Amino acid sequence: MFDLDRWREIFQAISKNKLRTALSGFTISFAILLFTLLFGIGNGLKHTFEKQFAGDSQNSIYINSGNTTKPYKGLQSGRRIQFRDDDSKFMNDKFEDEIQYFSPNIQRSMQVIYKGEQNRYTIRGVYPDYQPLESAVIQDGRFLSYLDIEKRAKVAAVGRLVEKDLFGSLSAVGKNINMEGISYKVVGVFNDPGGDNDERFIYTPFTTMQGMYKPNDEIDYIGLTFNPELSVDEALAFSNLLTKMLKEKHNVDPRDQGAIRVRNYAEGTKNVQQFMLVLNILIIFIALGTLIAGIIGISNIMVYIVKERTKELGIRKALGATPNSIIGMIMMESIFVTALAGYSGLMLGVFALRAIGDSLEKYFIINPSVETYVVVGATIILIIAGTIAGYIPAKRAASIKPIVALNDE
Amino acid sequence: MIKIEKLHKSYPMGKDSLHVLKGLDLHIKEGEFVAIMGSSGSGKSTLLNIVGLLDGHDEGNYYLNGQLIENLDEKKAAILRNKFLGFVFQSFNLITYKTAVENVALPLYYQGLGRKERQEIALKYLDKVGLKDRANHLPSELSGGEKQRVAVARALATNPKVVLADEPTGALDSATSDSVMELLKDINREGMTVFVITHEEDIAAQTDRIVRLKDGVIISDEKVNKNVNA
Repeated sequence: MFDLDRWREIFQAISKNKLRTALSGFTISFAILLFTLLFGIGNGLKHTFEKQFAGDSQNSIYINSGNTTKPYKGLQSGRRIQFRDDDSKFMNDKFEDEIQYFSPNIQRSMQVIYKGEQNRYTIRGVYPDYQPLESAVIQDGRFLSYLDIEKRAKVAAVGRLVEKDLFGSLSAVGKNINMEGISYKVVGVFNDPGGDNDERFIYTPFTTMQGMYKPNDEIDYIGLTFNPELSVDEALAFSNLLTKMLKEKHNVDPRDQGAIRVRNYAEGTKNVQQFMLVLNILIIFIALGTLIAGIIGISNIMVYIVKERTKELGIRKALGATPNSIIGMIMMESIFVTALAGYSGLMLGVFALRAIGDSLEKYFIINPSVETYVVVGATIILIIAGTIAGYIPAKRAASIKPIVALNDE
Repeated sequence: MIKIEKLHKSYPMGKDSLHVLKGLDLHIKEGEFVAIMGSSGSGKSTLLNIVGLLDGHDEGNYYLNGQLIENLDEKKAAILRNKFLGFVFQSFNLITYKTAVENVALPLYYQGLGRKERQEIALKYLDKVGLKDRANHLPSELSGGEKQRVAVARALATNPKVVLADEPTGALDSATSDSVMELLKDINREGMTVFVITHEEDIAAQTDRIVRLKDGVIISDEKVNKNVNA
């Protein structure tokens, strides 16, 4: 297939007919560039929305308790509902398959002191499972362990900003901090994609907190994640059932919205997913439009090119070029030009997106980028389109009688 | 070399058809220098196109180099053109973006010759037409006479059986016309069959045989200057 002489012919035709080459190349490059930019900016919008909801695990469910607002089964309204350790056990027993991570939680605001520095922070007593729940990432040391829970160890994992506030540029790991008179050893520092607030938490073992600050086996609230294999609808059904059973267990009216509040992130996820779907359809629509415009452009130009070359092709035929060699020459030329131009358009687009980077963040565009396979796919589609678009007029040109072609001016 | 029997050709013109060639008989032997004369519309260009395998005929037989030409598809026609025929056109028909030597080498490319060999042969024929020093010029940098010489060199490059020249001097002034005709005479003297179409008497007079065409029929066929040129 590789015929050096034929490529020489093609390179000569390309380099000696710059306008023609530039026209067809420009169409392809521009279409691919637009495609890349639109797709990339669309993805940038998507990234923004993903980030908005990245603070906590997408499959989180938080359960809070409050006062009843309706009398039920002879019980008065205004009754305080208190979760206890047996609620934890109850839920884990009933929903073993649905629950992925689970952590009861005790939360306090405390004054925290390290040497001269002090500040007020939210302290949470949690299980090790709480780390994936919050999407917290350990950057130094470790998170709480089950051994800490068992031993009721006075240890703490602190947020990145807590370390910054209290320790400045020093590492917090291994140091002791004083939380309202009790000394805790910092075992780890975490960061959290949820933002500054989430990075000012201090986590301590649940049992430590419960033993120290709660009269008995009380729990403030419960966080859990559902099995990620559940669909959004299954997840919603699961949390509804969970709510119903908890209300039953605590003798709460099923219509009482205040006593037991279950917040399922899947609801938000569902909205976001629908929004993303619309956004995706929009992006695909725009991208397809760009591609179609590119295909029409390259088709027109191929027709023009072949028309312009009619006489040359007639001469070649008079000198002994077979129809197949004519078709082959035009097609190879068009494939070469479109592939090269498509690639440069792609590169230009990718570099442009990289240059834009996060500079358009205030317009809700974060990290605009495209998946390579999408753009390569688009380029291939355009090349195929260019080839087909080139084939039809090439075939026609090859079938024109040389005498007619020679008389073409 | 070229034998034509009862050749008919008509072109569709809307509903009617235009009968251009009405039963031509012509026999051209190897080494002849023939001029086809006629005013425009006489059918001389049509005849050349059919002889040159650039166009098909409707009825009659055409033998080229002893081979009956029938049911030609484009591919076979292209191969036969390349092998047996060299063309010289009124409007030169050089490829504008190729240099003189590249233009001459083009038919050799379609013969499948290697690049070096093509270059060598092309230069040889450019030398023959006296344009070796202009080998790397583009057609736009050559005069009309020089362009036609390049075209003659291109026609000769494949060492064909017949050179077909369609009004080769039609676009040239009389001085350059003469030099191109001299060139054609030279190659005829070397044994090449040359077939010229013209409407100019003085051009036809320089050939060995003049065939006059009128309204699609041959009205005369005479030998001239035989003793002078032979």
